[in-house]
Amino acid sequence: MSEAVISLRNVTKSFGDVLANDNVSMDIYKGEILSLLGENGSGKTTLMNMLSGIYYPDHGTITVGGKEVNIRDPKDAFACGIGMVHQHFKLVDVFSAAQNVVVGIKRKDGFDLRAVSQEIRKICDKYGFVMDPEKKVYDMSVSEKQTLEIIKVIYRGADILILDEPTAVLTPQETERLFDVVRNMKKDGKTVVIITHKLHEVLAISDRVAILRKGAYIDAVATRDATQEKLTEMMVGEKVELNIDRPEVKDKKLRLKVEHLSCYNTDGLQVLNDVSFDAYGGEILGIAGVSGNGQKELLESVAGLQNTMPGSRISYYSPEDGKEHELLGLTPKKIRQLGVHLSFVPEDRLGMGLVGSMGMSENMMLKDYSEGHSIFTDKKKPKALAEQILKDLKVVTPGISTPVRRLSGGNVQKVLVGREIAASPAVLMTAYAVRGLDINTSYTIYRLLNEQKSAGVAVIYVGEDLDVLMELCDRILVLCGGRVSGILDGRTARKEEIGRMMTTYAGKENS
Amino acid sequence: MQGFISLFQAAVFFGTVIMFGCVGEIITEKAGNLNLGVPGIMYLGGISSLVAVFIYEGNTESPSPVICVLLAMTASFAGAAIGGLIYAFLTITLRANQNVTGLALSIFGSGVANFFGGSLNTLAGRFEQISVPVTSAAFRRNIPFLADLGVVGKLFFSYGFMVYLAIILAVLVQLFMDRTAAGLNLRTVGENPQAADAAGINVTANKYFAICIGSGICGFGGGYYVMDYIKGTWANDGSIEKLGWLAVALVIFATWKAKNAIWGAYLFGVLYWMYLYIPGLTRASQEIFKMLPYVVTIIVLVFTSLTNSREKQPPAALGQPYFREDR
Amino acid sequence: MAGAVKKEPFVRLAKRDGMPGFKKITIRLLSLIIALIVCGLLIFAITKLNPLEVYSTMITGAFGTKTRIWSTIKEMTMLACIAIGLAPAFKMRFWNIGAEGQVLIGGIVTAGCMIYLKALPPVALFAVMLVGSMIAGALWGLLPAVFKAKWNTNETLFTLMMNYVAIQLTSFFVAKWENPYGSNTVGIINQKTQEGWFPAVMESRYFISVVLVLLLAVLMFVYLKFTKHGYEISVVGESENTARYAGISVGWVIIRTMLLSGALCGLAGFMAVAGASHTISTSTAGGRGFTAIIVAWLAKFDSATMLLISLLLAFLQSGAGEIASKCKLNSYASEMITGIILFFILGSEFFINYRLIFRGAKEKGEG
Repeated sequence: MSEAVISLRNVTKSFGDVLANDNVSMDIYKGEILSLLGENGSGKTTLMNMLSGIYYPDHGTITVGGKEVNIRDPKDAFACGIGMVHQHFKLVDVFSAAQNVVVGIKRKDGFDLRAVSQEIRKICDKYGFVMDPEKKVYDMSVSEKQTLEIIKVIYRGADILILDEPTAVLTPQETERLFDVVRNMKKDGKTVVIITHKLHEVLAISDRVAILRKGAYIDAVATRDATQEKLTEMMVGEKVELNIDRPEVKDKKLRLKVEHLSCYNTDGLQVLNDVSFDAYGGEILGIAGVSGNGQKELLESVAGLQNTMPGSRISYYSPEDGKEHELLGLTPKKIRQLGVHLSFVPEDRLGMGLVGSMGMSENMMLKDYSEGHSIFTDKKKPKALAEQILKDLKVVTPGISTPVRRLSGGNVQKVLVGREIAASPAVLMTAYAVRGLDINTSYTIYRLLNEQKSAGVAVIYVGEDLDVLMELCDRILVLCGGRVSGILDGRTARKEEIGRMMTTYAGKENS
Repeated sequence: MQGFISLFQAAVFFGTVIMFGCVGEIITEKAGNLNLGVPGIMYLGGISSLVAVFIYEGNTESPSPVICVLLAMTASFAGAAIGGLIYAFLTITLRANQNVTGLALSIFGSGVANFFGGSLNTLAGRFEQISVPVTSAAFRRNIPFLADLGVVGKLFFSYGFMVYLAIILAVLVQLFMDRTAAGLNLRTVGENPQAADAAGINVTANKYFAICIGSGICGFGGGYYVMDYIKGTWANDGSIEKLGWLAVALVIFATWKAKNAIWGAYLFGVLYWMYLYIPGLTRASQEIFKMLPYVVTIIVLVFTSLTNSREKQPPAALGQPYFREDR
Repeated sequence: MAGAVKKEPFVRLAKRDGMPGFKKITIRLLSLIIALIVCGLLIFAITKLNPLEVYSTMITGAFGTKTRIWSTIKEMTMLACIAIGLAPAFKMRFWNIGAEGQVLIGGIVTAGCMIYLKALPPVALFAVMLVGSMIAGALWGLLPAVFKAKWNTNETLFTLMMNYVAIQLTSFFVAKWENPYGSNTVGIINQKTQEGWFPAVMESRYFISVVLVLLLAVLMFVYLKFTKHGYEISVVGESENTARYAGISVGWVIIRTMLLSGALCGLAGFMAVAGASHTISTSTAGGRGFTAIIVAWLAKFDSATMLLISLLLAFLQSGAGEIASKCKLNSYASEMITGIILFFILGSEFFINYRLIFRGAKEKGEG
């Protein structure tokens, strides 16, 4: 085995009361491709941010190339030969590629952008990138931005590259291209760490896998000895027999009919293309897809938060009188005023679903505060509801008036889901409802969704974990590039099939 | 013709004051700090230079014009930079809100300047009108020979050296931003401090540097106003404050580019003084004309928000505090 | 590989997760006391007055006689009125830097009414002035709000510019209404007949203003805390996305709130002209529009705190004025002192929001 180029010993980092990394000790070897695997919220990014100088550890030591170092800022990290490509790109929109690359560097021959461009072209040739050094970042696609970030790190002479969830925003071909580049870098003697939670990628690219769970280091294994099952087990802590309940569908009734739904995002790109499906009361409809393939826009269109294109239709069938309501073109308020019982747990919990600075109690009235003719808000009902949810879902909080921003992720989600369910919906939409939650809370959420299903609610579950989708949902709609590439029966669908449909539409690769 | 020449000259005098303020504020804003303390900082620059040369001239038999000028310049820069330092410490190190801190600085600067400006004689035990004749004359000296070249001389060479210094500074600042590594780093701090930090740029140091230098340059505006514009006296009439806010407006008008500040400042000067050259205005309707610079700025502001041109927007992180471990 | 062996940073920062209320108050009081000590030393350095004497002079200056008490209270009510008007806008994170202009516009309308409509019966005149000044202020606030709501035009800079348009407009009317001719001031309007002046109650002309502002303070507290509008303002201020999700029409809330904010600032202009100075000039607002922003911000938009901070600043102004006249210095000393105190209070917020971790102290410290 080759030498350890980086050694972490007893590294601990906490944010307020949240322990992000707990006494982590691990090694990274020279010239390897290491996957850092863990669920969302397992502390992968935090750990690597301490290597790249964004965070400073509370405890513990970091040794680079045999010397103990104090990495206080990114400059120190560069001095150690460490460069990180962050999940949220750190680029200046109004600068060109070359400007972004050279920023922060003292060049010996003065400030010469033309020379920088030359050097960028050389790097591109060496590793197989495609990049126009004069192009402005605001004209770039996501994958170009990522390429630029990698060039930036290489330009700074990093020998150890850390890539944080690099494939999250990429199409399959782009992912392949990225992996080729990573292999080229390995050939060049560089060490690469890839942060990910996607098992098939781990197996495809890495030499070794290190696993984190709930902030703690579990173990590392050589990829050739690893199997999906074994890795999953290490990642989640037990053998994954998810064993999520799936009650039989009873009394299936049409609640929501979406027809020919198309829309553009703010950048003018078409994100939904002729999407049609039905959602029935008494079943859970899963929506699968690589994140960013139209899931967000789909739910937001139904909720009245998106501008859609002409020709689209969204019809809601009321459980009370069976009447049909057209939801398209209505604001969320109008939809509510029609008597439509639509609940929505959005992906961005604190940025959309809740008001971070308000307590549980005040958050309870977010959607129905305007009911009634009084100019004053009714504080009693939300308070009672907050106490009810606090008790029923075992929310851990100092009090119902403590700003929800200060609660942990799982408790925030309990508050949000609790409120949406309390509104006794006929249609309940959830986006990534268990993202970043621990196993227990996740199961609480599954249980709640199943209860709703049994009560005759049409549940729409947008998820990223295929195992969960296949165990929880009655039907699974697969999105690819904003189109529906198929709707499968959750009981019979095979994982490979879903995976293939996520990346190909009607036999064609998604691009 | 006579009217045109005098309008042009008035516009240059007027424009020079706000050009200093504008160029200084551009440096500050490019680093991501919206400093609404420009009026206060210009006040500090003005009073510092006045106090310094007042003491020097008052205690020296035959004051040397060179020393007077150097002293006034240094003092106006330093006084203003200290004001900037207070703002920088509060907004960067202590992470206070930028707008509120800037406004407090404006109150403070105006208080300090008008207090000392009004009390200088009492404090010094002298009772005549404040004046610093030697310095003022040195500041107002125009270029020999060239100034006498008829119309051309009057239009372009009949001013004190600060008029030319302002233009040179504006050009230098533009070059600094466009052509140097340090300028690129500074702009990165204002556009995306996270990116700057990840690139190994010291965000804090850059912001301090930009604010202090920028404030110092604003301070020149105050110094020029006191020494040249009002000929080395002091007036508690709030003019500097008005000019300071115009400098902030000019930054928007110039779309954060120092080179645009040059013609923009003179244009503001023309707009401001135009009423003198339009026949048939009453004293009341003249005041309406003085609105023009502000109205034009509003129009530019609205226009840039409508067009969405990427190159004409304020620095992306303008006004936002930066804390690396923010989650 | 160049290993950067460096020492651990001397001091690091961490965000606090909240702090008990009494501790917050202690920190703020402490900063105020330190600020007052610094100011005392400064005044001592300039005037050689004994610092204790300085403060006693200030207290006499502000509260020594009935007239002085009323004048301090007048100053406080003006400041508090504008701050209360700004509170809803700032709570919505709408940077209304334009209070100065909104006050002036309200003042212009009031003065205009006093000049042109003095024939009206007093009650009618009062109503017209009140409503007119509020409408004027509201319209002045409306313009930037509409552009913000529709095109996201930067409101900080827009409202700032509107101040100077208002100031020039004031100059225009001052020139138009000047009395006597050539003085370039409007002079005391209706000096003999006192049409449109606030009547004296409890031996003071300022009494009505005080009652009005106290009433406004209570109403604003209720408005922000207990009404649906107040709730909407909080949600929009926190996150526009959440507001849209909740079905709130963000643009309308921005416009409605700025109409209110502008109207209350216009009302302050009405009080300044009809209730206090009985004249109009470019200094009718006198920078209070800016100071009030800091008052509202420091008070976190709480009515009682806004009144307290306004009182503190009014006291400083009257007190410093007294010192100035006693030492034959000018009264701008008060602005200087106000500035210093504001710096300290602004800086103190840092110690409430962050804690410092010094080198060596690695355990999770409570600062």
